[in-house]
Amino acid sequence: MTMPFYVAPEQFMKDKADFARKNIARGRPLVATVYEGGVLICSENPSRSLHKVSEIYDRIAFGGVGKYNEFDQLRRAGVQHADVKGYQFSRDDVDARSLANLYAQYMGAVFTHEMKPLEVEILVAEVGARPGEDQMFHILYDGTVVDEDRFTVLGGEAEAIAGRLSRAFRPEWSLGEALAASVDALGGGERKVSAHELEVAVLDRGNGRRAFRRVLEEEVAQLLAGQQSLGTAGSGPEPADEAQGQAGAVDEARPDGGPDSG
Amino acid sequence: MTLPMFPPGQGPGPDFAEVLRRLGLGPFRTPPAAVPLNLPEVPHGTTICAVRYADGVVMAGDRRATAGSAIAHRTMEKVHPADSHSGVALAGAAGQAMEMVRLFQLQLEHYEKVEGQALSLEGKANQLSQMVRSNLAMALQGFVVVPLFAGYDLRQRRGRIYTYDFTGGRYEETDYQAEGSGGRDARTTIKLGYREDMPRDEAVELCVRALWQAADEDSATGGPDAVRGIYPTVATITARGFERASEAEVKAAFERVIASLNVAPHPAGGDQP
Repeated sequence: MTMPFYVAPEQFMKDKADFARKNIARGRPLVATVYEGGVLICSENPSRSLHKVSEIYDRIAFGGVGKYNEFDQLRRAGVQHADVKGYQFSRDDVDARSLANLYAQYMGAVFTHEMKPLEVEILVAEVGARPGEDQMFHILYDGTVVDEDRFTVLGGEAEAIAGRLSRAFRPEWSLGEALAASVDALGGGERKVSAHELEVAVLDRGNGRRAFRRVLEEEVAQLLAGQQSLGTAGSGPEPADEAQGQAGAVDEARPDGGPDSG
Repeated sequence: MTLPMFPPGQGPGPDFAEVLRRLGLGPFRTPPAAVPLNLPEVPHGTTICAVRYADGVVMAGDRRATAGSAIAHRTMEKVHPADSHSGVALAGAAGQAMEMVRLFQLQLEHYEKVEGQALSLEGKANQLSQMVRSNLAMALQGFVVVPLFAGYDLRQRRGRIYTYDFTGGRYEETDYQAEGSGGRDARTTIKLGYREDMPRDEAVELCVRALWQAADEDSATGGPDAVRGIYPTVATITARGFERASEAEVKAAFERVIASLNVAPHPAGGDQP
């Protein structure tokens, strides 16, 4: 009779975590940030039909990075859960927090009990009735939940992108400003991400019952062009930085402390 | 609650009614074999109609629900948006009918979210047909639901109307249809006033006229209630989507209809024995 090799639990967990992290980091990142009208979700995605960002419910959106079939299965389960809950109780009883908890439990259970952890990071965002009430939950491959109220970054190079975005971030900025800053953060200094390579969606407070709206390529290009012309008029190298400089009074109200996403 | 996870290949797909069945929450379960004869009267909704016009379809319904000879509700809504470009109106047992509307709306939205695109208009019509059929056991006990489905077909760029029988049979109408206890009177009125490619205000007025005539002949159909300010529901479905006509517009249409009626005043005193 052969004995199985002994592997220390620490090593086993570490191997699984490394495996998941490595594969998630290979994927293209996704950025979500609040703006005056709601929540903006922006990601690099060359595909027009395989979405990373989708609608879950009236005020809730989903974003995923990593392995497509895995986060798409999570997305479907989220839609099913939300629709069943809204049917059983009321539409007002469907909230992002409880959905994020369910995702966390499921992903945590898979990480602990299955051979292979899920190679995904997901975002559950909910737009509130007023600015400041928006919520974003960033859920990692092992079920860790991070709660954000300004912005969050999923996927590869998350820390570098979050650093760039935190320098540009301004509370209650416009959709155009938020989008331009997000795109700059995604691309870094050296690379310009074009509208064609982006998948952008918003949870728009003013969009009626179903807040989710896809921002199509044409509108993305327009918004980015609008910000660029503003930026060159002020002779600033980065439009987002320029906007931050001009709004010093607002900026002082910003709570200190960097984001802990990534 | 837990996250509904299904093994690959065994999931319910984009079918919300199937999700509910899997979770034991399906609303249209088999009723008891025999319904007792002394069952109390349940509310019934009555007259609804739909007319095709130049830009799409007008749907209208009165607001009355009756339980036997009593008026159960004066303000029931029978015309509902099914999704952005279609509407559903219901006549029949009110409880079943309202549940069917709610489930139908969710079914379309669920499909749209899961699949990333909306069903075709014919797909939606077939979905409703399946729901009516799943109510067959209840229909045989007397709880019949007869929906009317209309929408703007974004692929063919025209309005389309579908009617159903209580077994789930689905029939596409060419121009107009009316259902419910006053449906026959409403249908005749529309038949006499219909012409192809009417403008919007004419189509709205024709629906309102049909409902007035139905209310005039059928006690279960409610007419305009000027005392309480209750007017029938009228909605249009066009390329711009489902839009409810304002109460003021419906009221004005009623006033035009009433002014045009050629009804001789009844002689004072009435019939003497």
